[in-house]
Amino acid sequence: MRYLPHTEADRRAMLATIGARDVDCLFQDVPAAARLDQPIDLPAGQSEMAVERVFTRMAGKNLSAGCAPFFIGAGLYRHHVPAAVDQLLTRGEFLTSYTPYQPEVSQGTLQYLFEFQTQVAMITGMEVANASMYDGATACAEAAVMAARVTRKKKIVLSGNLHPHYVQTTETVTKHQGLEIEALAPDPFGFEDLMGRVDSRTACLIVQNPGFFGGIRDLTQLADACHEVGALLVVAVAEPVSLGLITPPGAMGADIVVAEGQSLGMGLQFGGPGLGLFATREKYVRQMPGRLCGQTVDQDGKRGFVLTLSTREQHIRREKATSNICTNSGLCALAFTMHLTLLGETGLTRLAKLNHAQAVRLEQSLRRVPGAKVISQTYFNEFALYLGDDVDAAEVVEKLAAKGILGGVAASRFYPHWPELRPILLLAATETNSQDDMAALVSALNEGL
Amino acid sequence: MSMYFTKDHEWIKVDGDTGVVGITAYAQHALGDIVYVEVPESGRELRLGGDAAVVESVKAASEVYSPVSGTVTAGNAVLADQPALVNESPEDQAWFFKLTLSNPTELEGLMDRAAYDEYVAGLE
Amino acid sequence: MTEITTISGNRGLMLEEPLIFEQGCPGRIGVDIADPGPVDEDRLGGLARQGAIGLPDLSEPQMVRHYTRLSQKNYGIDSGFYPLGSCTMKHNPRLSEKMARIPGLTDLHPFQPQSTVQGALEVIDLLAHWLKGLAGMPALAMSPAAGAHGEWCGLMAIRAYHDDHGDSRRTRVLVPESAHGTNPATAAMCGYSVDPVPANERGRVDVAALKAKLGPDVACIMVTNPNTCGLFEDEILEIARITHDAGAFFYCDGANYNAIVGRVKVADLGIDAMHINLHKTFSTPHGGGGPGAGPTVLSAKLAPYAPLPFVVHGTDGLELVEHAEQAPGAKPFGRVKGYHGQFGVFVRALAYILSMGADGLRQTSSDAVLNANYLLASLKDVLSASFDGPCMHECLFDDRFLKDSGVTTLDFAKMLIDEGFHPMTMYFPLVVHGALLMEPTESEAKETLDGFIAVIRALAAKAKNSEAEAFKAAPRLTPRRRLDETLAARQPILRWKHGANAEG
Ligand SMILES: Cc1ncc(COP(=O)(O)O)c(C=O)c1O
Repeated sequence: MRYLPHTEADRRAMLATIGARDVDCLFQDVPAAARLDQPIDLPAGQSEMAVERVFTRMAGKNLSAGCAPFFIGAGLYRHHVPAAVDQLLTRGEFLTSYTPYQPEVSQGTLQYLFEFQTQVAMITGMEVANASMYDGATACAEAAVMAARVTRKKKIVLSGNLHPHYVQTTETVTKHQGLEIEALAPDPFGFEDLMGRVDSRTACLIVQNPGFFGGIRDLTQLADACHEVGALLVVAVAEPVSLGLITPPGAMGADIVVAEGQSLGMGLQFGGPGLGLFATREKYVRQMPGRLCGQTVDQDGKRGFVLTLSTREQHIRREKATSNICTNSGLCALAFTMHLTLLGETGLTRLAKLNHAQAVRLEQSLRRVPGAKVISQTYFNEFALYLGDDVDAAEVVEKLAAKGILGGVAASRFYPHWPELRPILLLAATETNSQDDMAALVSALNEGL
Repeated sequence: MSMYFTKDHEWIKVDGDTGVVGITAYAQHALGDIVYVEVPESGRELRLGGDAAVVESVKAASEVYSPVSGTVTAGNAVLADQPALVNESPEDQAWFFKLTLSNPTELEGLMDRAAYDEYVAGLE
Repeated sequence: MTEITTISGNRGLMLEEPLIFEQGCPGRIGVDIADPGPVDEDRLGGLARQGAIGLPDLSEPQMVRHYTRLSQKNYGIDSGFYPLGSCTMKHNPRLSEKMARIPGLTDLHPFQPQSTVQGALEVIDLLAHWLKGLAGMPALAMSPAAGAHGEWCGLMAIRAYHDDHGDSRRTRVLVPESAHGTNPATAAMCGYSVDPVPANERGRVDVAALKAKLGPDVACIMVTNPNTCGLFEDEILEIARITHDAGAFFYCDGANYNAIVGRVKVADLGIDAMHINLHKTFSTPHGGGGPGAGPTVLSAKLAPYAPLPFVVHGTDGLELVEHAEQAPGAKPFGRVKGYHGQFGVFVRALAYILSMGADGLRQTSSDAVLNANYLLASLKDVLSASFDGPCMHECLFDDRFLKDSGVTTLDFAKMLIDEGFHPMTMYFPLVVHGALLMEPTESEAKETLDGFIAVIRALAAKAKNSEAEAFKAAPRLTPRRRLDETLAARQPILRWKHGANAEG
């Protein structure tokens, strides 16, 4: 077997050193009734070539995004990832290292985490950020729990513009932690009144910006309203590229910002792994979940980096830890920070402008589809399209797919219990879309509706 | 003013019905370099043996329990900026909080200096 | 050795590298982006960003050099022996990386119509088939993102079961003292209180103490097997029996499943739920801290409570169930994260599993256990082994061998760095003093182990020979020497700020 170095002679020599007759003797502590003397009844190992064939066959059953006019978003966005990112990501010293518990041999990881934390704090407009969570949804749930810890209050209000997976994950995580969730109805038109929802029992209000249905909101007054009653404002960002163009949550008074970092560096990967971004104000840092990297000096006085403030974490605080997270999304954070380093201020701004321009262009082309109307008053690179009272967007999506077009996602996929949302289609445009893609979508919609 | 000790290595100095609480020299030594201290805000009601403060080193976090019941009248704000004071002057300048005792008879359950020293010697 | 100083601060191949924020120059760019073109009227609602973000601008060659240099300050399994106990630093096959980059598998959106992602659902289903088959368990939840997340998934299913059966008295979870920190943290997240169970003198769960603590208020036990001392819980069947008799469930922390995969079926041990760290047992890269994946196998009793989403076999192929009502009988406890699980990690783990096969996996656990026992046998006369062997995939020593030497476990570990090895896990588990936990994995050849053994033996002799000063000064040959963690925690600097992070 190509991954196993021992020869039979090695094994015999080692057994002799150990003083064991055979390997089975080393498993003597396993109760006899549970010992298997034969391999389990599953296929035997295969060569590289054979394994490649299996995956190529499975890949062939998929319609990949790059092979179709593609307009799906809903929390994960298809962007061009520069070639240098993946090339460097696979360097073995990054790929095959563990969590940097031994800082002297992990300055590479620690320095990029420090840079990552800084970039995340900068783009969100916050003071500090951690070294990553699993994904945007779990980061959102952790923010709810943290807000309750900080405020010692129990009510968590979730906007109807928050990604339904973030809502469901937050509901699940908080279920047995003595918190009370108030999840508002889906809000495609941007009508919900959030000001009226916060009161003295509220730990936090969680809103998404841009919202799940596209809308961009000025959160300043909401932040003030939260702070007046001692609640925190948590802002979720599903599309970090938007931060190149719109006012960051930190500048609007957010106390915690969580985000899905997948847009930068990582590609779609069928939705996982993701990258949870988590940023907050310095005064709350000891209530934060997750690892933190900090600057210090070594014995010779040279600048270096270490994991720090670890007493918040499970390996020290155990049942009193701020979270149970251990393994996080380290390598995804590296992909994110590398992509953002290539972009820089100039590139992120330009990329964001291009995304917005593409979405505006898409909206304009859709005017040629009779009966369809973009209902998002404001948006960044994704909006909600109302297809007409009797139209089922889910059927339209299937028809488009039959024509080889991945034309957005129907709101009903997330909200099966809301018949009034059936005509709504979420459509995203990014720098990866061509004019031809848009034309193909428009003509297919015209034929299909 | 008399000084009492707990098995969890807190000390309390009592004058009438006011007490000052901190952690012992033994405790700070066991923890190592103190990097963070969180003290209770005044007005907080503490129960005998209940969580009152937190003290942390790089690799350990430890709860400080109230040696008696009472109401906090002051937390030592200096410790937030100078946690190292707990290492330097544990039983004097690095007091954690002051409180008004609600039940001074609770002091009877604590150790005096000699008893505490003996207790610590037994731990080594 | 005389200290060699250079003008630049670089030392040959060891290059100093500033932060990206110290090398930007406004107007440079590392990606060419098309001109956005004119937009008549933006749709930003007046919320266009005012002011700069502050990100540095670098070109591609600068960026490439930056990350190349950073990588050179890291030690990975690709670099050398990495016996980090409990973490399973085994070889990461490059075939797995290649498979994860096939466009037909990676350039897929989770909300594409299901008819366009049948191959992706097949990856999930085939991996699930293998994991269930290897564990002998009837069901599993694929979506947990890591081990700790899997623990939480398992305990949430257990709690859902109790709640569904009107049993609200169960508020305690029993966790051995040697458990990983994630176990108690997880139990607390599920609203349970944690009650520690002591170990016996053989490093296993004290069954009598466990029995005394079991009762109608216990929801489950969380036992790691093989445990964090690297030992198989030889009374596991009895543990399972008394747990079930008390109406509680047996959650197993499967972080150490790599020791027994292919040789023992989890189901035969009486376990009700266990997570499998794909980033340990099935060799997906740790990536400097993540990502991982923690699929969680479940018994028939717990199966209905598995979280959304999951894949089922439908009439027109595979179906992804995203809402409870799509699957009759399902009572999912909720959703654990966004989307459908750590798909990129699944591809890698499946590539490894198919490469190994049932026979290869059995050989893998055999070799992992062989290597650990070889280390134990070759070192127990110079180090202090905490427990008698045989051990499983890792061997545990404590610091008794350093008594009166002035050298600590930490010093010993740092000395190994200068010798070109990654240190073992230090100070975990907590049940022995100054723990040194070594996990060689099956990936290491006998020559590598022999080289390591020779160095450890020599270092142990040095320590006993009152050379503490040398240990205290280690490491001396790394890009940075020991770092001041106290300073980092007392005055946290968690980000770069203009003018505030000068090179020391
Ligand atoms: C015994 C044990 N349990 C649980 C975990 C947590 O797993 P993860 O880091 O994947 O969340 C670990 C990881 O180090 C472990 O060693």
